[in-house]
Amino acid sequence: MAFEVNGTSHEVTLDNRSTLLDTLREHLGLIGAKKGCDHGQCGSCTVLLDGRRVKSCLVFAVTLDGRSVLTVEGLAGPDELSPLQAAFITHDAFQCGYCTPGQLCSARGMLDEVARGWPSAVTDDLNAPAELTDAEIRERMAGNLCRCAAYPHIVAAVRETAATR
Amino acid sequence: MRAFRYHRPTDVADAVAVLTAEPQAAYLGGGTNLVDLMKLGVQRPDVLVDVTRLPLDAVEELPDGGLRIGATVRNSDLAAHPVVRRDYPVLARALLAAASGQLRNMATTGGNLLQRTRCVYFQDTGKPCNKREPGSGCAALHGQNRDLAVLDWSEQCVATHPSDLAVALAALDTVVEVYEADGARDIPIAALYRSPGTHPERETTLARGALITAVRLPPLPAARRSTYLKVRDRASFAFAAGSVAAVLDLDGDVVRDVRLAYGAVAHRPWRAYRAEEELRGRPFSPELAARAADAELAEARPLRHNGFKVPLTRAITVRALSELAEGTTS
Repeated sequence: MAFEVNGTSHEVTLDNRSTLLDTLREHLGLIGAKKGCDHGQCGSCTVLLDGRRVKSCLVFAVTLDGRSVLTVEGLAGPDELSPLQAAFITHDAFQCGYCTPGQLCSARGMLDEVARGWPSAVTDDLNAPAELTDAEIRERMAGNLCRCAAYPHIVAAVRETAATR
Repeated sequence: MRAFRYHRPTDVADAVAVLTAEPQAAYLGGGTNLVDLMKLGVQRPDVLVDVTRLPLDAVEELPDGGLRIGATVRNSDLAAHPVVRRDYPVLARALLAAASGQLRNMATTGGNLLQRTRCVYFQDTGKPCNKREPGSGCAALHGQNRDLAVLDWSEQCVATHPSDLAVALAALDTVVEVYEADGARDIPIAALYRSPGTHPERETTLARGALITAVRLPPLPAARRSTYLKVRDRASFAFAAGSVAAVLDLDGDVVRDVRLAYGAVAHRPWRAYRAEEELRGRPFSPELAARAADAELAEARPLRHNGFKVPLTRAITVRALSELAEGTTS
């Protein structure tokens, strides 16, 4: 089975039961995505699959043949962090850091969704593009839990990144 | 987790043939529910038939003004679809109220309809559960049953259906297109789900191996004035404590047509026909909406911990319909 991770092709032979999360961590040495709840609830395993944010703990790797995955390791350029990662540092948006890779990947996916004009549960007018208010950021990032409760700083980092995009 | 074989079918007939031939096979859609249940040991398929690459991912406008939604359309794509947002806001709202952005990017239309209850006793293989293991008993009936059914439950099962999407589709008189071993057929969504009765393990009327291939929304211009209200224990990303899908069509202040369905109260998405009867043909008022909800909920039999669901469901009925009547919601 062959799929691409951060622009590099990988051909792997795995037990069918392997999740994408375990494959990244145990077989490809990419330990950025974290195993938190392992049941799709906490968001710390979030990666982008074919450009969309998903929870990698709920994806069997065997389904990925020909697909493309982007992990937190692939967000930065060769020499510098992505604007989103830089904003997380500027705004002190992480404490223990365990949830941060998932927060970053989720924020990246969420900003793309906003750019495509997708509404959220707190969007008032379904037929107009949503403005990225703090309420919108919070709702759209609700799939990522942070036990340190760094949320206000995460919201600030996402808001700044959106403004400079 | 039990070892399984993986099969990626070439077409719908191939998928249905494998499921029909293998008694322990399961369809794999987005996996947001099934993979979790496999990790918990609740579901133990020996073959997974991955239907996500079948050509069932189109949303098509139909000549009659309705909409056909392929079974593998992702919840996020459907919620963002311009026709859904404009013509069926109740559907967009229900989808957006469900799960998280990541899960909506994974979950499919067909899979969402067939997701399993989130009753914690069903998910705990150390507890008896007639749905998971027929004949083993129900730990929920006299257990922690705050989240469970108030309508139409049986001594064998008090689980609720967890889907928000299904509640909106129930209100819209959706037709479910399925493919079975002997061909394609249409099932009105009201005939898709079963009451628990003495066989809570049988949740739908689908034949073994049947694959949902699409759902079809009838043209319903009144649905431009529709909404979905969901109340949950936290502001976001939680299953419903109560929910209502509502379509309201007024002629002046008289209710010309109304569609109501409830979530989180029964084993199936609950179409509130009796409440609709109370409302139709009468001048709308919040008091009328409350009386209609009371008529619907007269048969409610709350369990020890979930009596709150009755006034909650009445309250969201009044709020949803009042907002639609005032035109303050999209």
